[in-house]
Amino acid sequence: MSYLELRDITKVYGEGAAEVHALQRIDLSVDAGSLVAVMGTSGSGKSTLLTIAGSLEDPTSGEVYVGGRPLSSLSRNAKAQLRRQSIGYVFQDYNLLAGLSAVENVSLPLELDGVAARKAQSAALEALEDFGLKDRASHYPDMLSGGERQRVAIARAVVGKRQLLLADEPSGALDSTNAEAVMRLILAACHRGMAAVVVTHDAQLASWADRVVFLRDGRIVDQTFPVESPEAVLADLPNQ
Amino acid sequence: MSIRHALLALLSEGPKYGLQLRQEFESRTGEVWPLNVGQVYTTLQRLERDGLVESDDSADEGPQKGFHITSDGEAELAGWLRTPPDFSSPPRDELVIKVLVALGLPGVDVHEVVQVHRRYLVEVMQQWTRLKEDESGFDINFALVVDAELFRLDSLIRWLDMADGRLKRAAADAVTAPAPQPFPLPKARRKAGARP
Repeated sequence: MSYLELRDITKVYGEGAAEVHALQRIDLSVDAGSLVAVMGTSGSGKSTLLTIAGSLEDPTSGEVYVGGRPLSSLSRNAKAQLRRQSIGYVFQDYNLLAGLSAVENVSLPLELDGVAARKAQSAALEALEDFGLKDRASHYPDMLSGGERQRVAIARAVVGKRQLLLADEPSGALDSTNAEAVMRLILAACHRGMAAVVVTHDAQLASWADRVVFLRDGRIVDQTFPVESPEAVLADLPNQ
Repeated sequence: MSIRHALLALLSEGPKYGLQLRQEFESRTGEVWPLNVGQVYTTLQRLERDGLVESDDSADEGPQKGFHITSDGEAELAGWLRTPPDFSSPPRDELVIKVLVALGLPGVDVHEVVQVHRRYLVEVMQQWTRLKEDESGFDINFALVVDAELFRLDSLIRWLDMADGRLKRAAADAVTAPAPQPFPLPKARRKAGARP
């Protein structure tokens, strides 16, 4: 069942001669437990797509459904609550709060949502432990490597009962080894039932997804077909 | 892929039988390149003819016949490991040729042609990535082969992205391209040890 659905989404910035069609008639649905990558070059509209899917911005026309609820029917407060409770965001530049330790960064969204501090802290510690960062819990972001910061950011995005993970170039600033580690964590979140969308220009990142959608000039122009099983891939290799 | 040098490398660890060489070759290359036993024996015969390996005279012909590397074989292997493959001239790349041909054909949208290839390459990359999803039981040789394949395919997609962008800009600028000039290719030194 689709957890996220974008129906006929168009986004226009500016007016008259300065009008820019960032997204045009986008239809996209993402099932719970699946990872969809949106691939496109810079300026293709992929970041706009993500901010609209995450209710950070409204579309000019069309409707976004999250967990079956149309976002246009929600009040400003209800949208904020949905973002806190159900949606996790991961950005290229981590967006951790510099004055908070790793565990405080991860527990913050839970506390903002009314979870008692002690309970939030213990959930955050558990998330960090799952990500191999238990011994970094009290470190501040500037004491962590880029890879560790992004892992903290992903822990923050999946902690609690989030059901949708939205990531914008999540490994853009990382080397290949750390980029792979980031994608493994995102995939693990999907295996636990989250729906995830990763927007990227990077084919290696996109190749972790169940489905890759190609965006060009604000339109979806193509998508990959479902991936074969690993056994079928090996069986097809030419005998050299 | 040089089977000849791969067999020399395996023999540099100690004497081995033909069948053993085949099994070890396949396991060291992540079992991605299956090798038939005929290829192994033909290659061993040539290596023996060239004085790079010697066979165990006392044993019968067949799977139990043992081979060991000679000192000339050791020198050949050391030289090969350090000789870069020839990257100095562009290979005859079918993908590049198809995009160049599409560019000159009336009624063909080159961006559509580029996207057909981009999607196919991403699909193949998805299949390779699937293979490394399960880290348990993932041996290091196989991991290296999968990584190499993913980087190779990724480089082709990057080229397609670049071509797409370059053609889009050229169309927007409506710039008529100058007549193509033969372009100079970098001259690379191939042989290791050629340095004075």
